[in-house]
Amino acid sequence: MSNDQEGLETLFDADIDREPVPRSQRLKRQFDLYVAAPCRVAMTDWRALVGTVIVAVFFLMGTLGVWLVDKPSSGDAPVLEPPFQNFDYILGTDTFGQPIGAQLIHATPDMFKMVIAGAVVSVGFAALVGVVSGFLRGTTVDTTLMSITDIIITIPGLPLVIVLVAIFQPESPYVIGVLLGLDNWPGLARTVRSQVLSIREESYVEASQIMGLSTGTILRRDVLAQLMPYITVNSALASRRIIFESVGLYFLGILPFTTFNWGVMMNIAYEGNALNRPDMYHFLTFPLLTIFLMSFGLVLFSQGMDSVFNVRLRARHASTIDDDGGHE
Amino acid sequence: MSGNYFVKRVGQAVLTFFATVTLTFVLYQMMPGGPAEALRNVILQQQMGSGNTIDPARIEQLVAQYTNLESDAPIYVQYYQYMSSVFLEQDLGESLYENTAVTTLLADRIPWSMLISVYAMVIGYTGSIVLGAVMAFKEKSRFDSVSSVVVIGLNSTPYYVAGILFIFFFSIRNEFFPTGGRVGLGVEAGFNVAFMQSIAHHAALPILSMSVLGLGAALTMRGNSVRVLGEDYLRVAELRGLRNSRIATQYVGRNAVLPMYTQFMIGIAGVLSSSVIVEQIFSYPGVGMLVYEAIQVRNYPVLMGSLIVFTLVTVVAILIADLTYGFIDPRISAGGDNE
Repeated sequence: MSNDQEGLETLFDADIDREPVPRSQRLKRQFDLYVAAPCRVAMTDWRALVGTVIVAVFFLMGTLGVWLVDKPSSGDAPVLEPPFQNFDYILGTDTFGQPIGAQLIHATPDMFKMVIAGAVVSVGFAALVGVVSGFLRGTTVDTTLMSITDIIITIPGLPLVIVLVAIFQPESPYVIGVLLGLDNWPGLARTVRSQVLSIREESYVEASQIMGLSTGTILRRDVLAQLMPYITVNSALASRRIIFESVGLYFLGILPFTTFNWGVMMNIAYEGNALNRPDMYHFLTFPLLTIFLMSFGLVLFSQGMDSVFNVRLRARHASTIDDDGGHE
Repeated sequence: MSGNYFVKRVGQAVLTFFATVTLTFVLYQMMPGGPAEALRNVILQQQMGSGNTIDPARIEQLVAQYTNLESDAPIYVQYYQYMSSVFLEQDLGESLYENTAVTTLLADRIPWSMLISVYAMVIGYTGSIVLGAVMAFKEKSRFDSVSSVVVIGLNSTPYYVAGILFIFFFSIRNEFFPTGGRVGLGVEAGFNVAFMQSIAHHAALPILSMSVLGLGAALTMRGNSVRVLGEDYLRVAELRGLRNSRIATQYVGRNAVLPMYTQFMIGIAGVLSSSVIVEQIFSYPGVGMLVYEAIQVRNYPVLMGSLIVFTLVTVVAILIADLTYGFIDPRISAGGDNE
C-alpha cells in the first residue's frame, strides 16, 4: 500500500494508539475479502457455481485432455460408429473414422487461444478507450474517440471480418481471435464511458480529489475498482460472442480448415447431409452440444460474477469483517 | 436546438458512411501485392478457359473496370477516383464473374435480406420486452425462475444452431416449412396472395432463428422493470389511482425500455451481420448468400460492395431510430447528453 494511504488512515482513525496490524494479519484479511468471500458468495449462487464448473471442465479438456487423448487421424476407427457402443470412441466416429470425442477435445486449446486473444484485445481496448474518454469528458480527445467508436459500432462486424479473413486467410488462432474481437469493443467502450461518467460524480471521488490524490491514484483506486464487475462480466460475454462467430465462420467454411474445430466438424457433417441421415446424427449433435455447453457456462459465469462483485453480499460472507461493527 | 441535433446526427451518419468506403479502399490496398496483383490471378484463371492470351495492359484495364482502381496511378489519385465513382456515380465496380455491376446484384438481393432482418428484429425484441416485463411483474415466482433459465439457455444457443435445429424439426422431421429458397417453384411473381404466402412460408424459419439473437434483451428488460417497479413515482402513480394499464405502459414500460435503446441500435448491425450465416443455412438468396458465394471465388468487388451496402443500410436504420427517438424521450431533443 502506498504512503499517502497510510497517512490518511492515521488521519482518519479515531484511536491512533492502536497497535499496527501485523503483516500476516493484513494478508489474511485481504485474502478473506478478495478470495475467500467471493468463493463463498459463488457457492451460494447456483449460476456462478455451474458456470465455473463448466468453464473449468472445458479448461481441463484443453489442457489435460489434449495430453491424455491422442490426436485423432483418419482411419483410427471404423467409419460412422454410433455413440455409446464402444468404450474407445464413446461418442462414436465420423465419416473418416476419426473419434468424435477426441476431435472435440483437440479443438479446445485453439478455441481458448482465440477467446483469450479476442477477449483481452476487445475488452482491454474498450476499457482503455472508455476510461480515457470518460475522464476527459468534453475535450477533443473524448469527441474524437467517441466519433471513431460510433463509426465502428455501425459497421456490421461479421461482413467486415469476412472480408478481412478472405484477404488475409489467417491461420493462427490468436490472429483469428483478434480479428473477431475487433467489432466487439465499441459497444463496451460506450458502456464503460458512461459508467466512468457516473462514477466521476460520486462523492467519494470528489473526496479523493479534495484530499489531493493524483489522477492516477483516483483512476486506479476509485474508478477501475468500480469498473471491474463490468469488465469481468463483459469479458465472459465477449468470449461467448467470439466462440459463436468463430465457430460460425468455420461452419460456413470461410476460415481455412487447418485445425480441429467444432465448426469444421459441423461443416463436414452438415455438408454430408447429416440432417437426413440418422447414422450421422451424432456427428452433428455432439459439436452442437459442445458449443451450447461452453456458451451456457460462460453466460452463467458472467451472471454469477454479477453477484460475486456485489459488495454487500461479499461483506456478508467475509469472516474477518465484524458483523456487529457495521453502521447498518 | 432540435435542428442542431438533426444536423449533428445526419452529419455523423454521412461521416460513418464515408469512413466505411475509405475502409474498403484501404482494404483493397492492403491485399497482398496490392489490388492489381490480387485480382490478376483471379482474372488469369478466369480467362484461361477462353483460350486467348491477354497482355498486361488489358489486365490493368480489367482491374480498373472491376474495382474502379487504376493501380498504376499515384495513391491519392486512386483514392479520389475510387471515392468519386462510389459517391458521384453510385458505381461499386463490377462482378468478376457475371459481367454485371455490383450495384445491380446487390439491389436484387437487398429487399430479401431486409425482409428477414427487419421481421427478426421486431419479433425478437418485442418478444423479449414482453417476456421480460412479465418476468419482472411475477418476480421470484416459479414462472420467473423457469423463464430465466430458458432465456439463458436460448441466449447460449448460436442462431445458426437454432437454424439447424429448426430445419431438422420443422422441415425434415415434419414438413411444415421448406428447407430453403425464398419462394416456391411455379408460384407466379406479383402482387397476389399465393406469392405473398409462399414468401412468408419460406421466410418463417430464417426469421425465427435470427430472432433468437434478440432474446438476450429479455433479461435486461426484466432487470430494468424490477428497478422501475421499486421507484417512488410508481407508488405515487398508484396512490393517484391511475389505471393499471396506464401505469404499465406509460410508467413502467417506457422507463424500462428507454435504457435499452443503445442495445437495440447495436442490435441492428448485429442482425444484419447474422444474415450471412443464416442465409447460407437456409439457402435463402439474400445479400448474405451473395457474400458467401463471392468469398468462395474471391470475388472482391462483390465483397467490398456488400460491406458498403450493409453499412449503408445500418447507418440509415440507426439514423431513423435516432431521429425518431426524440419523440419517445423528450430529454434527448432537449439537448441532454448524459447517457
